[in-house]
Amino acid sequence: MQLQKRAKPARHMLWLAPVLAIMLTLLTGTALFAALGLSPLPVLKAFFVDPVRDAYGVSELLLKVTPLLLCATGLSLCFRARVWNIGAEGQFLLGSLCGGAVALWFNDENLAGSARIGAVGAAVAAGIAGGMFWAGLVALLRHRFNCSEILTSIMLNYVALNLLLWAVHGPLKDPDGFSFPESALLVDALLLPSVVDGYRTHVGFVLALLLLVALGVIGSRTLLGFQLRVVGESAAAARYAGFHEGRLLWLVLLACGGLAGLAGAFEVLGPVGQVTPHLSSGYGFAAIIVVFLGRGHPLGILLAALLQALTFIGGENLQIEFGLPKSIAFIFQGLLLFYLLAADVLVNYRLVISGDSVAQVQG
Amino acid sequence: MDATLIADLLYTALRAGTPLALCALGVLIAERAGVLNLGQEGIMLMGAVTGFVVCTETGSYSLGVLASTGVGASMGLLFAGLTQGLYANPVASGLALAVFGSGLSTFIGSDYVGSPLAGIPSLTIPWLSKLPLIGKALFGQDPLLYLAWTLALVTGLVLHRSRHGLVLTAVGENPEVAHRLGIRVALLRTLTACIGAAMTGLGGAYLSLVYTPLWTAEMSAGRGWIALAMVVLAGWRTGGVVAASYLFGFFSIFNLLMQDMGWSMSPNLLAMTPYVFCLLALIILSGKGRFSARRAPTALGQNFHAES
Repeated sequence: MQLQKRAKPARHMLWLAPVLAIMLTLLTGTALFAALGLSPLPVLKAFFVDPVRDAYGVSELLLKVTPLLLCATGLSLCFRARVWNIGAEGQFLLGSLCGGAVALWFNDENLAGSARIGAVGAAVAAGIAGGMFWAGLVALLRHRFNCSEILTSIMLNYVALNLLLWAVHGPLKDPDGFSFPESALLVDALLLPSVVDGYRTHVGFVLALLLLVALGVIGSRTLLGFQLRVVGESAAAARYAGFHEGRLLWLVLLACGGLAGLAGAFEVLGPVGQVTPHLSSGYGFAAIIVVFLGRGHPLGILLAALLQALTFIGGENLQIEFGLPKSIAFIFQGLLLFYLLAADVLVNYRLVISGDSVAQVQG
Repeated sequence: MDATLIADLLYTALRAGTPLALCALGVLIAERAGVLNLGQEGIMLMGAVTGFVVCTETGSYSLGVLASTGVGASMGLLFAGLTQGLYANPVASGLALAVFGSGLSTFIGSDYVGSPLAGIPSLTIPWLSKLPLIGKALFGQDPLLYLAWTLALVTGLVLHRSRHGLVLTAVGENPEVAHRLGIRVALLRTLTACIGAAMTGLGGAYLSLVYTPLWTAEMSAGRGWIALAMVVLAGWRTGGVVAASYLFGFFSIFNLLMQDMGWSMSPNLLAMTPYVFCLLALIILSGKGRFSARRAPTALGQNFHAES
């Protein structure tokens, strides 16, 4: 048996490979739970089914999907242009820090009317600006100093996390908070309205969906989307065509930073309602897997984000029901990406049995 | 500042730099052959947790260190299987390894958080370790540190002074030509990926068995990523990699020095300094100019499929 390069990528495998990867991940999970001495079926059910059995569960799922979608939308722009921005996590954190700081500035029981809308708008704008600033640093370092964006964006993740920790231990700390490193709770007037009363999914989810559709339109229907693809496929061809590589670099990074920052601000103004050290559950990293799993295609990203959000919620559920550490979510996410990358070989290569001359001729 | 303090600072700085040096040397070996493995952080965490758990359960340091190295090597093999065997995207494969290693190490180690372990004891080489200032730092360290230095020496000799080093360079610069010359590119890359990851695993063991003998989730605190940057900064030269790692070790104990000088600063802002130093170093060395680093191996991170 050997691998033989296909004349052109197989389109059906682009969709089959993720399905194969998900099945292999579930199989491995079953083996893992069996090895831990647990009966696999109830555990898998608690992981993947129980969290979304009722409307409340679905609403919680969509709540987790929102930051994943926003970060993944931005990252898919970057990855399309082969800009390996690993820093959505840091951009998210800076967005939540800036958005949170502005929201706390307006944090007043008597907030109402147009002042309320202004305050929420300012907080959201600050979140976007914070994320854009953080991503702008990556663009600057790559464009001006030729530094690898992988390394600089990772370093900035750690800097952003420590900035957030410093803020909640220092200037943003709640004076009445019994020395917990957390800010004061935001008043209800500052929180984003729910889509459906009684459920926590907020308007950010709707916006994230709209932005995802916009991504699809930009990607397939505009000159910009075409330019991004050309830069990604061949930088030399892009230069020859007169595309401005530097401008596109800035554009994708600022867009991604803005979206990640927006996601961060939404977390503070949405489900969390204050600035805490644990604002992100690793959304920025998980979104990278979402983009790969979803092939950078809007529908794929949506499905992958739903699955990824489910591993987060499922992980928490396993912790409650079976006392397993919730880090199990990251094991599943890593496994999923492994299997996907492995299955992807079938997109560009076909398996042939050695000596099969017919396949060789056709190949 | 008195002499004892300087001696202690040197001693600690060398210990702080060693896990970084081990990991960076591993990265260097693999990258010289064109293998770009971004999963160092995950490998280091797996090395750290394996060393700690095996050592706690068996009471044997050597078994712990061996297990860490073995786990590192097998993660390298996993990476090579994906990128060399199945031609997967190396950037994504490395990220998968980082996420997976972080998750699995947290999972395995969850029962061991806070459990006590006496670290690998330091040697005291008679007479030499009593030298003023440098005695404790150079002659009173633990055996793993001396192993790291030996490995650094061997790496330098093999990479820059031997035929094997030339073959690796050929594979890293132009795998097509190397393949035509009869060099088995995929095999060699798999081997360097395993050796490199084994050294990162060893670096993890140094963290959890020597530097801070305990286990906490994410205890590597970005060292795997910093090591990747160190190799870029050092221009893919062994001497530079070792020097950069130990310079970094010194910076990372900056906070101890500042405490001693009586300066107080937010611990979170202090925790930021290694990453900021790393960014500044990247800016100074990556730019075009006198200090610019040597270029990366030409085929770094490019997959190679032998057509014939």
